Amino acid sequence: MGLSPATTTSQVSYDPPSQDGWVTTRLEFLVNWGRANSLWPMPFGTACCAIEFMATAASRFDLARFGMERMSYSPRQADVLICAGRVPYKLAPVIRRIYEQMPQPKWVISMGACASTGGMFDNYAVVQGIDTIIPVDVYVPGCPPRPEALIHGILMLQDKVKQQRSLSNDAQYAELVIDPTSRHYIPASRIDELSEPFGNSVHQTRSAP
Amino acid sequence: MSVVLPGAALPKNTPDPVTPRTVPHRGGDVNPSVEALRAQFGATIGRHDVTWGETTVWIDATKVREIALWLRDDPTQQYDYLVDVTAVEHRDAAMPLEMVWHVRSLPYRRFLRIKAALDPNAELEVPSIEPVYKSANWLEREVYDMFGVRFGGHSDLRRILLWESYAEGFPLRKDFPLRGRFSRSEQLTQALAANPEAPYSMEELSVADAFHELPADMRERLLRVKAGG
Repeated sequence: MGLSPATTTSQVSYDPPSQDGWVTTRLEFLVNWGRANSLWPMPFGTACCAIEFMATAASRFDLARFGMERMSYSPRQADVLICAGRVPYKLAPVIRRIYEQMPQPKWVISMGACASTGGMFDNYAVVQGIDTIIPVDVYVPGCPPRPEALIHGILMLQDKVKQQRSLSNDAQYAELVIDPTSRHYIPASRIDELSEPFGNSVHQTRSAP
Repeated sequence: MSVVLPGAALPKNTPDPVTPRTVPHRGGDVNPSVEALRAQFGATIGRHDVTWGETTVWIDATKVREIALWLRDDPTQQYDYLVDVTAVEHRDAAMPLEMVWHVRSLPYRRFLRIKAALDPNAELEVPSIEPVYKSANWLEREVYDMFGVRFGGHSDLRRILLWESYAEGFPLRKDFPLRGRFSRSEQLTQALAANPEAPYSMEELSVADAFHELPADMRERLLRVKAGG
């Protein structure tokens, strides 16, 4: 019948002699393979790291080789938030909201020393690492990182995506709901009001299921 | 609107300016506007000096608006371009806090730096020159944001770089600690609680033009945002 014996590895198996064109794999592997190779980045460039990010996306280093074919300038269509550059406190609620507007599953790359730790800007105006605002998956060190370093970070993120148990563990994709008693809590109605200008033709809002 | 050509008010046979090869650190040609200011305002005008070819004149801070108006409108001065408004606080506590205005006269090809001394331990207040130069609006807001200098007569004096609910003080004052006054977690909490759209006034939002055509609920919401809600 052309089906090869059940495999326990994450390999696509193919049985050439039968020539029936059957391919078997695990659904989880296939989903992760698809996700890992079509990560659309949401660039959040605030400083010199963004210049390196642009170089990474341009033809010499060509981010499109890794499936990042399209820069998604809307968080609605983005998978991975790449924060390139220092984030001042004034931008803290902005990056928080952009992260919240991204649909699950979503990942974050913190590019460079400033985004990861505040870098040399240990002063009153700069957030000391974006992981105090949003969860970060991959930190790329450097000041700024070379394009190779960012690509290495992206490959690490792809490895992480490929190893996720996407179908058996829904909890990891559950939206992080902030405790309503926290001072960081923003009610859904307020978020809808604020995100109104960013809705599309079907009135997509942050709090809609 | 008329186009002002640089050097338009100079005599017809004035040669085009060339970049000087050597400029003395101290001394050199004094901007003739200083003597004209002395003749016009007398004791209001203090000392002057010339540094790297640029003239600095000290004035009485309370008279800055009259002086700026005269410099702008007098046909022998025509300082039509306000380059910058800023302030300097020195590490030496005995030194005054200095207000600095840079003005340029395009028709006469002149540059003048005006300084006024303020007592850093007292309430900082100077008259706004926004009625004279519209461009002073944002420049004075920045000085207020960073130094806490209040500009009397400014039409819209509020913070411009930091958010409006910023409560830690004025960052470029010497008594301000580099990392701010609050803890990092308190700073982050306050920053996240800030409304990113609140700093924009109705005039700055593009929808303001069509405000009266908006639906009633959106009008109400915009008014709430304007009020800082």
